[in-house]
Amino acid sequence: MIVFLVRRIAAGLVLVLVIATTTFALMGLTGSDPVRQIVGQTATQQQVSAKSAELGLDQPFVVRYGHWLADAVHGNLGSSWFSGESVTSSLENKLPVTLSIVLAALLVSAVLSTVLGVAAAVRRGALDQVVQLLAVLGFAVPSFLVALVFAVVIGVDLGWLPATGYVPLADSAGGWLKSITLPALSLSVGAIAATAQQVRGSMVDVLRADYVRTLRSRGISERSLLFRHALRNAAPAALTVLALQFIGLVGGAVVVEKVFGLNGIGSQATSAGSQGDTPVVMGVVVVMVALVVVVNILMDLAYGWLNPKVRVG
Amino acid sequence: MKLPQSEETTGAVATDVAAHGRAGLLRRLLRNPVAVTCLVLLALISLASLFAPLLTSQDPAHSSLTDSLAPISGKHPLGGDGVGRDVLARLLYGGRTSLLGALLAVAVAVVIGVPAGLVAGYYRKWFDAVSSWVSNLLMAVPAIIVLLVVMSAVGQNTYIAMAVFGLLMSPGVFRLIRASVISVREELYVDAARVSGLTDSRIIRRHILPVVQAPTIIQASQMLGLGIVIQSGLEFLGLGSATQASWGAMLNDAFANIYTKPELMVWPGLALAVTVAAFGLLGNALRDALDGSAANGRKPRGTAGRKQAAAKKTPTVVLDAGDTDDALLVLEGLTVSYPTAQGEKTVVDGVSLTVRRGEVLGLVGESGSGKSQTAFAVLGLLPREAQVATTRLVFDGTELGRLGRAEMNRYRGHRIAYVPQEPMSNLDPSFRIGAQLVEPVRRHLGLSAAEAKAKTLGLLERVGISDPERVFRSYPHQISGGMAQRVLIAGAVSCEPDLLIADEPTTALDVTVQAEVLDLMRSLQRERNMGMILVTHDFGVVADICDRVTVMQTGAVVESAPVGQLFADPQHPYTRMLLSSTLEDAEPRSALSGTVPVSTAGITNTGRQEGPA
Repeated sequence: MIVFLVRRIAAGLVLVLVIATTTFALMGLTGSDPVRQIVGQTATQQQVSAKSAELGLDQPFVVRYGHWLADAVHGNLGSSWFSGESVTSSLENKLPVTLSIVLAALLVSAVLSTVLGVAAAVRRGALDQVVQLLAVLGFAVPSFLVALVFAVVIGVDLGWLPATGYVPLADSAGGWLKSITLPALSLSVGAIAATAQQVRGSMVDVLRADYVRTLRSRGISERSLLFRHALRNAAPAALTVLALQFIGLVGGAVVVEKVFGLNGIGSQATSAGSQGDTPVVMGVVVVMVALVVVVNILMDLAYGWLNPKVRVG
Repeated sequence: MKLPQSEETTGAVATDVAAHGRAGLLRRLLRNPVAVTCLVLLALISLASLFAPLLTSQDPAHSSLTDSLAPISGKHPLGGDGVGRDVLARLLYGGRTSLLGALLAVAVAVVIGVPAGLVAGYYRKWFDAVSSWVSNLLMAVPAIIVLLVVMSAVGQNTYIAMAVFGLLMSPGVFRLIRASVISVREELYVDAARVSGLTDSRIIRRHILPVVQAPTIIQASQMLGLGIVIQSGLEFLGLGSATQASWGAMLNDAFANIYTKPELMVWPGLALAVTVAAFGLLGNALRDALDGSAANGRKPRGTAGRKQAAAKKTPTVVLDAGDTDDALLVLEGLTVSYPTAQGEKTVVDGVSLTVRRGEVLGLVGESGSGKSQTAFAVLGLLPREAQVATTRLVFDGTELGRLGRAEMNRYRGHRIAYVPQEPMSNLDPSFRIGAQLVEPVRRHLGLSAAEAKAKTLGLLERVGISDPERVFRSYPHQISGGMAQRVLIAGAVSCEPDLLIADEPTTALDVTVQAEVLDLMRSLQRERNMGMILVTHDFGVVADICDRVTVMQTGAVVESAPVGQLFADPQHPYTRMLLSSTLEDAEPRSALSGTVPVSTAGITNTGRQEGPA
């Protein structure tokens, strides 16, 4: 188990490193000229080179990357070229926002997709068709469109929940929950659709399995059969899909944050990306990929716990 | 002999689908109303974007402040947007951006994914390792983050972004192709082609490409939808060329005016949702059509043959065991049928049988004769779609047919127990063996956890397991098939049932283990004076253990007699045939009535024809 964990963590670190290097290369080697943007079009050549030297951009690419990496390993992700703000501390401020909506969306997806998938597999008939239809719709309607509709209808027209802004958990638990409900819900629609399909499919397969018939022949209760035995066996496949969906959730947060006016990592990525603010972009990329890696390792652990063949073998 | 045959069958089905299925696939698709609707919608959307200049005279990029948020008018059939551009023109021209961008992304994904998947799956080795690693890497990165970086690095060009997105989607194609190639390359006909000296490129072209074609098309359809979603997401964020009309940019504009004119969201939102849904549903319909043609290649076994046989079946000769006063189980007039596309298919037709306390009844017939269906009907374990009717199903004085699920659960496992055929697939793989055995014992006998464990350990020892503690703690995949069958027998007798129904309990086991397991069942049966129904096709087993035999053919009982009488003087020609085939030491396969597994033979032939050229 420990060997497995170490190997997964190592693979995750390699992933973060590869992505960081690629991103740095893309940002550094392409033709854009961030210094000109920072100092403005009217600045003199002297001002440009002074700023360039200040940011270290006069050094060769490899040296710059070496510096960045050395600092990053020590937890220092540099400062924004535009605002001068420390990237590490600004990410620290914004991470809770993104984490709140992404993890809430993951939780909502896991719960709702299980409920819908199991219900569809067990009841079949009309309910099954409704769930299948919802799954297709959930796949078809992009999360930001759902977000827009939620914001307009539930947030603005009905006024049930706030359409913009984030309330930190430390300030008010109720306010926090209200402020993340709509973003998390709209984010989770696609993941619910995909995962519910998978839960339904695996449940249908498992319920047809020989061992389920044999368990029935022993007269155990239908509840134990469904929720103890069948769901347990259907869960690993669903978990794999959910882990893949989580990557989509992190990406979706970028767009959903914009709709709900949330000042999270996603909106930071958008603004830094369009400005070409390399230190901020690097910080965002590293944090997001690390988040995906961590959640995937946790999912792998859960998978191993659910699937004895992986665990013992 | 057996194994290659089954592999050949699957291989042949794959080729069958690939070679003959394509024309059929299209026809099947066109018969599906959902698919037709999607195709029509997509055609309309494509045509509307293609002929945008003919449909509107407005310039999608021309803005005029006077037309800002203009209402619907002759000049602006759908009104104007926030900066006074014509909504209809932007909608039509925007479709071009979305469709072209998505096509580009899918083209890139296919151009990278298909060859890489083919090479990785066919040659394996280092290329497989490297490409699989890269593909896992690409899949672990949120696409939109990569696209943000790319756009900030190389400029706000939608088509470059979509090409990169194609690269990010290529692992999906790669994995699909690789998996299909790996499964096909092990097939015998591919092997044969290789042995007969065909070049690799020829084998890939003739045997492998046809198989991966359909799944690739299905995936492409879904990727088109995904491409449109991502692209509009980027444009919604304000990334992408400012001069180019697009649905995402329209939503961006609508979002900016969300308080003043939220209805601007409707048209681009609708266009987006309808297009993506159409691609998604089309993909699903394609998959259904493909599944359909695969199923068609593998006709339901012997349906036609069985129907004919039932029609010309000889009158049933039932030599009953006499009065049914001490009967433990009386089954009369059991009929089981399944709805199929060709109408109702009856698999058990008016079967009656009786088991007395302490008596072993052999239920004999070839596969497909309905003997297992009969056994499951008694247990109430037939699949949901089965239509079951009985005149009487009386167990120890109770009519089981009228019991609800909860009441029936008090009989199942407690008074009527079941031993399955295939030991390995009949244990829940996720639970320790102990937990699986303890659960029914606690439920039926109301024992405490400790008592139940002690009882279960005793049972495991009783069925001949030398290390009960270890097996109790093991997972099913950690024990052998023979051991698993002993565990299942222990599970069946754990609550001291009066009737044990065993469905070919030794067929899946090694010959040496078969005898031991049979001995075990016989000794348990005598020790506990259980009634038993032993479903089997093996007259050796019947002679060994049964008191009475009921012979079934094509869903009906043809003969029923005490075992000695049946062996000495079989009445029915079918019984005689089964007996003689047993004496010749061959498994009874084909019946007098000709229930040859027609489809299997047919498919095997196809496989041979599709083999080396």
